[in-house]
Amino acid sequence: MTPAAPAPAPAPAAAALVRLRGLRKAYRAGLAGESEILHGLDLDLARGEFAALIGPSGSGKSTLLNVLGLLERASAGHYTLAGTDVEALDDAARTRLRRDAIGFVFQFHHLLPAFSALENVTLPALARDGRVTPAVRARAAALLAEVGLAPAMHRRPGELSGGMQQRVAVARALALAPALVLADEPTGNLDTATADEVFALLRRMHREAGTAFLVVTHDERLAARCDRRIAIVDGHIVADDGTAAA
Amino acid sequence: MVAALGFEWRVALRFLREGRLQTLLIVVGVAAGVAVVTYISVLIDGLQRNTLARTLGAQAHVVLLPLEERVLPVLPRAAGDPGFGDTQVRAQPLRALPDWPGLVRVLDARAGVVGVSPTLGGAALAQRGAATRAVTLTGIDLDRHTRIIELHTRTVAGRARLGPGEAVAGVTLAEDLGVRVGDLITVSSGARSQTLRITALVDLGATELNRRMLYAPLRSAQSLFDLPGGAARIELALADVWAAQTLAADLARQWPLRTESWQQTNAQLVSALNAQRVSTTLIRAVVLLVVVLGIASVLVVSVVQKQREIGILRAMGATRGQVQRIFLLQGALLGAAGSLLGLGLALAMVAAFMHFARGADGLPLFAITLPPALALQVAAVALLAGVLAAIAPARRAAGLEPAQAIRT
Repeated sequence: MTPAAPAPAPAPAAAALVRLRGLRKAYRAGLAGESEILHGLDLDLARGEFAALIGPSGSGKSTLLNVLGLLERASAGHYTLAGTDVEALDDAARTRLRRDAIGFVFQFHHLLPAFSALENVTLPALARDGRVTPAVRARAAALLAEVGLAPAMHRRPGELSGGMQQRVAVARALALAPALVLADEPTGNLDTATADEVFALLRRMHREAGTAFLVVTHDERLAARCDRRIAIVDGHIVADDGTAAA
Repeated sequence: MVAALGFEWRVALRFLREGRLQTLLIVVGVAAGVAVVTYISVLIDGLQRNTLARTLGAQAHVVLLPLEERVLPVLPRAAGDPGFGDTQVRAQPLRALPDWPGLVRVLDARAGVVGVSPTLGGAALAQRGAATRAVTLTGIDLDRHTRIIELHTRTVAGRARLGPGEAVAGVTLAEDLGVRVGDLITVSSGARSQTLRITALVDLGATELNRRMLYAPLRSAQSLFDLPGGAARIELALADVWAAQTLAADLARQWPLRTESWQQTNAQLVSALNAQRVSTTLIRAVVLLVVVLGIASVLVVSVVQKQREIGILRAMGATRGQVQRIFLLQGALLGAAGSLLGLGLALAMVAAFMHFARGADGLPLFAITLPPALALQVAAVALLAGVLAAIAPARRAAGLEPAQAIRT
């Protein structure tokens, strides 16, 4: 099954949560003006890892995150998520896998403004089951309490500060206990103190839930506090100071 | 099923609530359309029913007559032979229908036929003192004929009764002759004459009829017109007046008879009614189109506005189908809310019509009501229009690439 691609940092395949081999992503692939953003990446992430993805603007970080998050398809190469070859899946199966295995935290928190904090956290379960059971509601409330928002859980996003909204987003990302959380500059829009607070929350949730985190950040300070740093420049991984720990 | 659509319902309702002003405006717009369509339907329906009731209340739906006498060539004409250039048109004497009692029995048993009345009528002169008037004397069986024309409710003086030697006259005729209930008149048909006692005066709804009509027992007419035991017409009333034409054609095929439906004798009225119906349908279609376009435009805007939220929902694990259904449901909800409000509005308009549109006598021109079946039909169409309008926006929403949608 393992493709015959060079693997600079080979990891124990069984433990790998994410496994990329020769992954390419181009826009307008095969058309005039084709632009390739990712040029054949190899990357492994182990279960429960906490890694930073760093690099300048336009280096392909967000594109990589979108491909990892099954929001976009790779143009070429192999992507295996939790043992599943995702390139072989149809759209519906990718949606299901995304729902069950991946949580997102976006830079601009991206909560649904029409729903309260608690409802935002229960939305993934509602989409999955068509209803919110008392157990789901209790778990959502517990998650919100854990991120320190118990008193504000019935407020709408518009009534919460930026830091609070981002904490709701973290709780939502963890709502269905995914194996992997992808965070796209989760603190990029926050002041330093709040950024530290949210980052600390991510680390705490990581510790408690055992979920793997891949955090895109510009912030060297925060990157330094991750267990592993993967640097990407112009669509190539130029540095990776950790190996996927088993 | 509710659990299956729980997510879509919840999000659709929230989206609609979020765009409060948009939602309100389009619901009011849909309601206006629904109200117009409903009110026009009800009004035209009432108008047509009223016109029909007035027209058909004083005439049979189908009339059976004997075949006309015609000149037939004695020899088959050879090709190219013009035959006699001129043929004398035969006079049409009053003739009895062959075996009319048998026909009446068959027609009595026929489904859809609610009244069968054999009659014998013709021109006669009515005379009292110095006054003489030309009348249409119609011999009837009163019990049977009231099922064709309700004479009892049209009675304005006396009590309609047709015993031997009795007659019922139109009100204007009575005035012209100067007779009242209980008075005697002499009726003559050329050869014979009879004296009849007026038992009632009836108002048939049209002056011309009131001036001419004189009802007598069938037996009196038979002796006056010298057709013992005969009946020259059989008049029918039907449960469904629009079935008249088919029935008339059917009967003409089955029996050696001539038939006339009310549609044939009122061709102008029928074409007017049809023109009305076509206009109503056109108005309905245009309003429906406007409603569909209105809902569609609101949803198209909503899809653009909610692009990012759609992207988030997809990232959270909502399927394309779920996103599509969220917008289809919004369309359905807008249609449903609009139709509820619109039906309320239509009821108010109907009430206003009944209150304000009154004739010279202070009574409503005619009664219009909103039948539940029509209300249901309108609501169903509005709901369907909402879903229909939502198809394009919903597909567009479902087709959004989540990554792109979130970036916007």
